[in-house]
Amino acid sequence: MTSDAVLSMEDITKVYPNGIVANKGVNFSVRTGEIHGLVGENGAGKTTLMQILFGLNQADVGKIFFNGKEIKIDSPHAAIAQGIGMVHQHFMLVPSLTVSENLVLGLEPRRGFIFDKSRGIHITQELSKKYNLKVEPDMLVRDLPVGLKQKVEILKALYRGAKILILDEPTAVLTPQEMVELFNELRQLRDEGNTIIFISHKLAEVKALCNRVTVMRAGKSQGVFNVEDVTEEDISRIMVGRDVILRVEKDVAQPKESVLKVNRLTVVNSFNKRVVDDISFSLRRGEILGVAGVEGNGQRELVEAITGFGSYGLGSILIDGEDIKQLSIKEIRDLGCSHIPEDRMSYGCAPTLSVRMNLLSYKHNRREFNRRFFLMHMSTIRDVSTELVKEYQILCTSTEQEVRCMSGGNIQKVIVAREFSDNPKLIVANQPTRGIDVGATEFIRKRLVELRDRGAAVLLVSADLNEVMELSDSFLVMYGGKINAFIEDVSNFNEEKLGQYMLGLKSQDVDEIGRALHD
Amino acid sequence: MTKAQWRFEFYRTGVVIITAVLLSLLIIVLVSDMPGLAIKLFLTGPLDSLRHFGNLVEMVVPLLFTGLATTVMFTASQFNLGAEGAFFFGAIGAAFIAVNWNLPPVLHPAVAIVWGGIIGSVFCGIPGALKVKWGSSELVSSLMFNYIAFFLGLYLINYLLRDVTAGAMVSFPFANSSKLVKIIPKTRIHTGLFIAVFTVLVMGVFTYRTRWGYRIRVLGTNIEFARYSGINTTWTIVMSQVLGGFLAGMGGSIELLGMYRRFEWQTLPGYGWTGIIVAILAHNNPFYVPLAALFLAYMKIGSDIMSRSTDMPNEFVAIIQGMIIILISASSFLSKQRHKMIVREAIS
Ligand SMILES: Nc1ncnc2c1ncn2[C@@H]1O[C@H](COP(=O)(O)OP(=O)(O)OP(=O)(O)O)[C@@H](O)[C@H]1O
Ligand SMILES: [Mg+2]
Repeated sequence: MTSDAVLSMEDITKVYPNGIVANKGVNFSVRTGEIHGLVGENGAGKTTLMQILFGLNQADVGKIFFNGKEIKIDSPHAAIAQGIGMVHQHFMLVPSLTVSENLVLGLEPRRGFIFDKSRGIHITQELSKKYNLKVEPDMLVRDLPVGLKQKVEILKALYRGAKILILDEPTAVLTPQEMVELFNELRQLRDEGNTIIFISHKLAEVKALCNRVTVMRAGKSQGVFNVEDVTEEDISRIMVGRDVILRVEKDVAQPKESVLKVNRLTVVNSFNKRVVDDISFSLRRGEILGVAGVEGNGQRELVEAITGFGSYGLGSILIDGEDIKQLSIKEIRDLGCSHIPEDRMSYGCAPTLSVRMNLLSYKHNRREFNRRFFLMHMSTIRDVSTELVKEYQILCTSTEQEVRCMSGGNIQKVIVAREFSDNPKLIVANQPTRGIDVGATEFIRKRLVELRDRGAAVLLVSADLNEVMELSDSFLVMYGGKINAFIEDVSNFNEEKLGQYMLGLKSQDVDEIGRALHD
Repeated sequence: MTKAQWRFEFYRTGVVIITAVLLSLLIIVLVSDMPGLAIKLFLTGPLDSLRHFGNLVEMVVPLLFTGLATTVMFTASQFNLGAEGAFFFGAIGAAFIAVNWNLPPVLHPAVAIVWGGIIGSVFCGIPGALKVKWGSSELVSSLMFNYIAFFLGLYLINYLLRDVTAGAMVSFPFANSSKLVKIIPKTRIHTGLFIAVFTVLVMGVFTYRTRWGYRIRVLGTNIEFARYSGINTTWTIVMSQVLGGFLAGMGGSIELLGMYRRFEWQTLPGYGWTGIIVAILAHNNPFYVPLAALFLAYMKIGSDIMSRSTDMPNEFVAIIQGMIIILISASSFLSKQRHKMIVREAIS
């Protein structure tokens, strides 16, 4: 098998500074002209393995062969020199630079000694057109939503012209259309003789795109398979060690009174653009309302307005009848609103604090965690965290482990555990299963339905159409800051039409949309 | 940090200290004409007599306060270097009360110390407030504030509190009731030591065991997450700086009431600067502040004693301090050893 391999990693073992053995004797090899899937549960060691290949991490044991010769990759620089490129799971962009500056960083076009800004922008536009990934060259990266950051990362790697391109969960926040485009692009790159390594938790994607797939579990490789020879179920069984059912069993929703009422909400951003434009809807106890749409059509601003993160100009938002316009984030939380943010690293956690301290977060004022004399109840905090870690199957050495040292999916689980465990009245979940493995996704989806049945109102924002359709009882489609359609009954709708709503080619009439506002 | 990481940081800090000491010995050998005596005095001077030992403890006390002050401000990720100014100005505040007021013992210094603390908190609080209000860098403004503290302080002493009958530019003598009692004969060690030790414990518990400490730590690691957690970040930033300033101001007052009869500083005493090194050396952990303060005080007293009887200048201690800052902040120093240690543990 290694004979025709262009690149192979042999017997790779990696131990992290905190003693976690992320890779144990892993063998991994790829051929020229293939798209090679790499799958495994959260924390299985996929990112670590690829970071070793890209020179961001050093293996403690093991060798890397390139075209049959052993090579040393001790820095990303060395990797790039070998023609290896990587799109990272947690973006590695410079927030204070613009999209185009990030894109050409390190390979800047120059005029004399000076960075040629307009050429940089030109290059960005060309690339963006060529690969059909739309980005604004002049925007600062720190102002971008995650979906766009992802696109910048992908374009950046493509610009560097990698012969071996590693994509670490590139599709987590792309829309179906963008995904189709990306896949076509990747296939074309493959046909031109490049190799692509594709990490994803969405096995359907892996099936559709890859030629072969390596399955990892708990730091070890479970083998390489031809994609034709295995079904999705087979893969997830090898990965998780049991059968996984992603179809959520749920009864018909029994909506009660409204918890959240959004009335003619308008949000104007700093460029004076109406990013949320006069939208109205209500969300009732005991239902899951999905918000579908291509990312960047006002979903983020909507979530920010509801959770108190951003201000809004016109309109009103009522939670349980209370106008939240003047309320602080804390006061909104105290109304029983929990929030899963889309960008877990920037908003959802304190990377250098422990799991315990991250699980505490907004609950630190609660009576149960505090004793007399202003002291916190450390043993209760410890016990509650231990419970949550067990209940949500969070993989960590102990609840004292720094969150920074956990795999992406497990960080997400910490956030989900914190937000779900509090008997929330209203859950605003923005991409709740982003980057989570199939087993955990199943778990989180079940939980959401359970919470719904216990009377919570759930606003589910997701770029993953499957998720929206699978989980929601009804859903909105947002386009250009407006609600373009309201689909009341998820079980019967026209998929083609939905695509047209999402792209703004069609919209429902005012009366149909008006149904989103109950009573 | 996990326990294992603390353990390693402890070890690493130890190596840094030893390296710094060895390098300073090397410098002595290279520079001095009497290296043997110099080294002996430098290393054992602080312990060779009760008086010298007293000097050591006397120096530890103010460093505990400025170290704690900087620690709490740094924990909030605010690089406020105002402890020096707050220490100085807090002492001036205390001087006014010590000179002008008439109160029973115990109460008199207590009031003076609290007053000094309040003045100190204004001093560190302002750069914090400027930061949250207008986004001005607290590093820059706190540095400049130190000079304002210094010159304004001298002005106040000169025009309001100066004893013209005394030969030098000093204040009127402090009321006897205001002074902190000496506790060990033949030294100047005073009751401020107890207050300092108690404050260390309070600050340790505050940082790791109370919700305010929690807020400051969350804020210091990720301000967006702090906001998301419903923490009032503006308030927390300002309060952490105010608290830091309070500790520094208290330290200045205690130093003054424990060690002096009149206000007589003509320059910034420098404990605030050293306090920054204390905080860095203690990794912003209040419980490690005493160790760090003791070490730095030892170096300082050692070199003072050495400079008195040999040709080595006592400024030489600045070299050690510089070296320590560089080594500690060089995060990759010894990281290979750490990794080997961990790999060995993990694989076996
Ligand atoms: N910087 C780090 N320091 C210490 N431990 C780490 C670090 N990064 C990852 N780990 C640990 O190594 C293991 C493997 O992590 P890795 O990120 O490679 O998983 P993954 O397969 O990419 O998971 P995911 O699907 O969640 O992204 C995890 O147990 C994680 O806790
Ligand atoms: Mg990963």
